[in-house]
Amino acid sequence: MEIIRSDININFVGMRFKAFLLSMFLIVGSLAVMVAQGGLNLGVDFAGGTLIQIKFEKATTPDEIRGALKDLGMDQSAIQRIGAAADNEYIIRTDVSSEEMANLSDRVGAALSKKFGEGQATVRRAEMVGPKVGQDLRQKALFAIFYALLFIAIYISGRFEMKWGTAAIMVGVMMVGVYLLEAVGLSALALIVGAILITLGLCWILKLPYALAATLALIHDVLITVGVFVVLDKEFTLEILAALLTIAGYSLNDTIVVFDRIRETLRKERKQPFIEMINTSINQTLSRTILTGGTTLFALLFLFLFGGTVIHDFAFAMLIGIITGTYSSIFIASPLLILYQDWATVKRKPVRKPA
Amino acid sequence: MKNLKYRALLIAGVVLAGIVYLIPSIIPNLPPWWTKILPKDRIHLGLDLQGGMHLILEVEAEKAVQNQAERMVEDIKDSLRQQRIPFTRVERVNKWDIQIQLANAEAQGDLAKLMEKDYPTLKPAGAQATAEGFTADFTFSEAQVQHLMKLATDQALETIRNRVDQFGVTEPDIRPQGEDRILIQLPGVQDPQRAVALIGKTALLEFKLVSEEASSDQFKDGKLPAGVKMYAMHNSDPASGQRSDRQIPLRDRTLMTGENITNAHVSIDKQYNKPYVSLEFDAQGARQFERISGENVKKQLAIVLDGTVYSAPVIQERISGGKASITGTFTMDEARDLAIVLRAGALPAPVKILEQRTVGASLGSDSIRQGLLASLLGGIVTVLFMVVYYRISGFIADFALLLNIPLILACLAAFEATLTLPGIAGIILSVGMAVDANVLIFERIREELRLGKTPRAAVETGFERATLTILDSNFTTLIAAVVLFQFGTGPVRGFAVTLTIGIFASMFTAIIATRVIFDYLLTYGRVKTLSI
Repeated sequence: MEIIRSDININFVGMRFKAFLLSMFLIVGSLAVMVAQGGLNLGVDFAGGTLIQIKFEKATTPDEIRGALKDLGMDQSAIQRIGAAADNEYIIRTDVSSEEMANLSDRVGAALSKKFGEGQATVRRAEMVGPKVGQDLRQKALFAIFYALLFIAIYISGRFEMKWGTAAIMVGVMMVGVYLLEAVGLSALALIVGAILITLGLCWILKLPYALAATLALIHDVLITVGVFVVLDKEFTLEILAALLTIAGYSLNDTIVVFDRIRETLRKERKQPFIEMINTSINQTLSRTILTGGTTLFALLFLFLFGGTVIHDFAFAMLIGIITGTYSSIFIASPLLILYQDWATVKRKPVRKPA
Repeated sequence: MKNLKYRALLIAGVVLAGIVYLIPSIIPNLPPWWTKILPKDRIHLGLDLQGGMHLILEVEAEKAVQNQAERMVEDIKDSLRQQRIPFTRVERVNKWDIQIQLANAEAQGDLAKLMEKDYPTLKPAGAQATAEGFTADFTFSEAQVQHLMKLATDQALETIRNRVDQFGVTEPDIRPQGEDRILIQLPGVQDPQRAVALIGKTALLEFKLVSEEASSDQFKDGKLPAGVKMYAMHNSDPASGQRSDRQIPLRDRTLMTGENITNAHVSIDKQYNKPYVSLEFDAQGARQFERISGENVKKQLAIVLDGTVYSAPVIQERISGGKASITGTFTMDEARDLAIVLRAGALPAPVKILEQRTVGASLGSDSIRQGLLASLLGGIVTVLFMVVYYRISGFIADFALLLNIPLILACLAAFEATLTLPGIAGIILSVGMAVDANVLIFERIREELRLGKTPRAAVETGFERATLTILDSNFTTLIAAVVLFQFGTGPVRGFAVTLTIGIFASMFTAIIATRVIFDYLLTYGRVKTLSI
């Protein structure tokens, strides 16, 4: 059986400017929404605070719950239904997290039992994260993103171009650069942006178009996933961070497959214009790209639908990541090589040579 | 294909090892001959799957240094009296500086000698003659402060371990984290509030005299005589556990602490059927207690734990033999927890809860059920897809695919790793990746076949070409997984672990296991055409 015919030839590179425009729109749009909302909606893991998940035996409303919490002075809490409507499960979130409130979940449970009756409301999960730990986790999360990007960038610049010497130079410059940025006392977020800029700049200077394109595609995928979360006002938790890092690693899968094919074709030295050759390579690998993305997508879809409330958002982030990853490896990563080529022919010697 | 045999043996070996490691998790009661020579570790379920409590405590180690300074102040006063060095005051200032004020400057030489000889951990930090005499400052060296803080953290860890052990939690995980934090994981804890109270209690036991001068009027106005303070008196109904504390005035001076307690246990008062805690002192404590009780006959002695009075009996006579009891109004659970903290000893410094996560057992079992359901459905669809799309080759791939799951679980058991809910997601993802690998290989084989190659040549080139790509694409995911493992806590770490194991398992099954089946069929099965 075949879903995609082997002699398929869609003009993907012809759509590159539309694709770039769409991606730019998505990224700039989500950044704008993020700025408008004053940053990400951080979960208790990163912001600190208390989260309590309650299951009610009978149907209820957030307002009723709010009423029951009035005596505890918690009527300002965010109350949200989760899962299917029939589950009657709610999440209550407050900013309270000081130690005198350590037994908050018990008191909330007691207050709800008083209002709804004994055994009508069960506390199923309670998470209290102090501000100190929240700050630590935030810092650690940023460094995790930083190191993942750093190692992946180093790996792809070495691997794609088969220039480990150049990669070693990159490591060196990167270390010094990051050290300097750290010495200046920049925050971890600035450090990440700095490291990305250094990576991209180095790829440009050292003439590593594949690494440049792959890194840009990776950033593209992660940013769009973050953007979807921002637009839907979903919470950022440790699990979402895990999903983002996995997307960063995973989004390269398809890109690597296409790039490998491009280099293989280049080596054969066909008398074909660069643009056409890239399009052929995308088409040749299209079946694989769609299938690998598709099977993972299905597995995640079931996790998203049936995996339960706790894993719901994680599965959602992964779904978005896989979709954008597949899209970017077809429409963004390889066409970026053409863009580089176009720029390079103006200023430098063409990149067309077997790597 | 000479090495086909060896590769087949390798796979058989891996599968066999996997089964051996999995068996303890499947069969609950293994015969003794098994547990003696073969692995007996079962797969650990994370707190999010089996329910329980996760705590991060911060030891306020600076308090321990301050306490040490306080104790040294008392010791120095005693030494000064013994050496007949006249002083006006000795006190702790700032964090842990000790200021000594002598009546006159002449004795400063004696003081310096005394401090150097008896208190080598204290370093001079300036001295000057003042209008009242002579003031000398001493402080701990930085190294000494670090040492004391580390000591406090270590001791707190040990004490908490003792308490949890006696509380009776199966497989608790208690370990230091960073400089002054303690990570505690208690699977299956039913009553988180009680567990927190037990673990977080400083459990400083003090014996103080009840003030007789303070009348009930003063007590209302809050005008208390010097050296007297109000304390809460613990009072809970033994049946319902309802607390109704009242106030009691105590003298400041602590006659004795719980340092010398060697044992504590709960007993039942036969007459009133009420629980009480009996204490045993060591030899030094017994002497001290005998002296105190002898000096204060007919007076009320309060037993204070962390600033709350638990009992204030009237001393009837001198008590010798090193035994005492705390009778009060408490529930059986309260009495039992009190005995545990007294036995396990006091924390050297107070602890603060930085993070507390509790998952109910019902949510945990729901998560397991839903995780399994999602995996099962995803698995079935994937397996069917492979057979429909790649026919017999898909069937072969499915075999390798399904091999993944027991292999990942066996590795979890072997490495004593923990399976969490994100971990289950990690398994699903790595099965997805195993499919990816097979798709890469099969698509490549199809391409080679289209170019007119023989099945054998196509399989060979297909595997060869695809292998490098598979290694590459998995490597970047591996980087993400390793970074996550380094950073992650609890459930996220579980995800990183299964993802890492899954990457290796999927590469093994896709590249090696599938290939052996293909080679076998092509070599011995006399297959002329590939069903792919």
